[in-house]
Amino acid sequence: MESCLVRFLRDPQHSAPRLLPGEWQMLIRQARRSNLLSRLAHLVETLDLLSFVPEHLQSHLHSAQLVSSSNLRSVKWEILQIYTALSEAGIPFALLKGAAYVMSERDAFQGRLFGDIDILVRNERLKEAEKALIKHGWFCTKIDPYDQKYYRTWMHELPPLKHLKRQTDLDVHHTILPPTADAKPDINKIWEQVIELKDYPGMYVLSLQDMILHSATHLFHEGDFEQGLRDVVDLDALLREYSLESSDAWADLLTRAKTLHLSRSLYYGLRYAKMLLKTPVPEELTGDIAAEAEPLCFSRFLMDKMLLKAMMPNCIGQRTHLLGLARFILFIRSHYLRMPMRLLIPHLLRKAIKQEK
Amino acid sequence: MLLSSIPPRKLKQQLEGEGINLKIGPFVVNLTSTLPNVAENLSDLYGAYTLEDTHRVDFHIALQSPSIIRRWIRPQATFSFDGYLPFKPLPQTQSFAMFEWGLNWCVANNAHQYLVIHSAVVEKNGKAIIFPGTPGSGKSTLCAGLVSQGWRLLSDEMALLSTETGLITPIPRPISLKNESIDIVRSFANDDIFVGKPVHDTAKGSVAHMRAPMSSVARNDEAAVPAAIVFPKYRKDASIELLPLSKGRTFLELAENSFNYHILGSTAFSVLTAMLDQCECFRLNYQNLDDAYAALGNLIDA
Repeated sequence: MESCLVRFLRDPQHSAPRLLPGEWQMLIRQARRSNLLSRLAHLVETLDLLSFVPEHLQSHLHSAQLVSSSNLRSVKWEILQIYTALSEAGIPFALLKGAAYVMSERDAFQGRLFGDIDILVRNERLKEAEKALIKHGWFCTKIDPYDQKYYRTWMHELPPLKHLKRQTDLDVHHTILPPTADAKPDINKIWEQVIELKDYPGMYVLSLQDMILHSATHLFHEGDFEQGLRDVVDLDALLREYSLESSDAWADLLTRAKTLHLSRSLYYGLRYAKMLLKTPVPEELTGDIAAEAEPLCFSRFLMDKMLLKAMMPNCIGQRTHLLGLARFILFIRSHYLRMPMRLLIPHLLRKAIKQEK
Repeated sequence: MLLSSIPPRKLKQQLEGEGINLKIGPFVVNLTSTLPNVAENLSDLYGAYTLEDTHRVDFHIALQSPSIIRRWIRPQATFSFDGYLPFKPLPQTQSFAMFEWGLNWCVANNAHQYLVIHSAVVEKNGKAIIFPGTPGSGKSTLCAGLVSQGWRLLSDEMALLSTETGLITPIPRPISLKNESIDIVRSFANDDIFVGKPVHDTAKGSVAHMRAPMSSVARNDEAAVPAAIVFPKYRKDASIELLPLSKGRTFLELAENSFNYHILGSTAFSVLTAMLDQCECFRLNYQNLDDAYAALGNLIDA
């Protein structure tokens, strides 16, 4: 069964007039659970659908919009604090994911809630960047020596940082996938195409192509599927914007994916964006990418089953143990993609023992 | 229909199935639970509240056991809001206190049509007094005392200041009493006063809930005009003192005691300053509750 949230996101104008009061309530609950309530509220407002919303539920949408505008204010402020710290030390950096969407002011991301900030710094400047941030009040949250070593040896990022006063989280990456993962996109090629933000010399965002690829990669390499649907919504927004570019754009995207060894991620990204949100991706592209990166029929079948389940908001009337199992398997899978077995098994054992203590 | 009209066995069944839709202040809460003591606590403390239609629900809340093991061995309770668990599990004896705390959390994080200020609010003669909630100030004891003297309870925990009307929306709920104040309030003994069984060893010490008076619950939908802000301070061996406080100082304290000031931003500033324009502000030092009632009564009559 398909959730009413997915149906609504796919075509709000078609869906809104047909929803019964009880379904609006369900829609709001599912949206809240998937971290998409303020996005829903934004859609309702801009598409002029408020008159369809039962009166007593309207305050929930209004509240969600207030939350998202305050969230936007504080994230922008936070980004400027990071900019101050790093530009003072002369370290160029690129904003990733949510932070990049905020600063490039794309319409498609209005009403999105932003959490941790992710930035990309060149590996050779990583130590300096860490020092500069610590000087400005960030500190390392993982003080356990094993965690420290794990991040610094095997991961594509520093151990997560937190600001002492504001308690905000910051992830500093030096590449977009762990060095232990099978796919090894060349980070220099990503740096070659970054775009500098107007008024902020030294602060960059990824090119739209690379944003798409990163978003798709993130979706299928992360272990956290509570946010899964939100991630597909992001990817859908990026793809829709991209579809407005030149007619060669889609072929270029495919080439770019091949160059960065991310064809498989793109394959899955396009597949689920299309399946869930009917993202307008041309047929020939779907064919080309399938020829390039389609997984075996069996694993595709499993991924379909698990992903579509794991992404659904897990509040209401659904069999939650199946959902839990799907998320657990995907969590293991995400780790497996990031690390070879000889590293993964000792790591998970160690984590399990530590949790028991 | 009132909650008290459902027979105990049926209430338990309903909680385990579809849940009950309880009107609490301006909100409708759907509560489901499989825990043993929830139905009993509900009948004790929420009997006078009305039940609503399923399509009007604002918050879907479940009180459950975290796992089958935790149902039987050192039983625990979890609070979930639309399947999201904002808190760690607590011992099952605290499940009802957890419902109260959790509902506070839901309101503070989702009802931004109000500036939500951590405070008790009571009303008499159409004038509401707000007691901001500095811990240990004795605001709940004072609030329970005033209510036993016939003041209307708007809330023991949060002032809902409407950003549209500037009025305080009532959300009368059980008054949470801690430690010594449990026995003090018990001694007020009067027909409308009922204090539930205390739960010991919570994060806040021993906690018991006093039922909100039926008359206050019945006036659920009647907003009140804020007339005074009073910061109470219980002190042993202090004589009664009602000291005027500057509006600037009061503003800062109220902003700090608001759960969602940062979310409302400039709206919070305007609604708070507009309220202070029409309010008198005081610090109240008291040792004896009777003196406090008299001083606050004079304030309202003046």
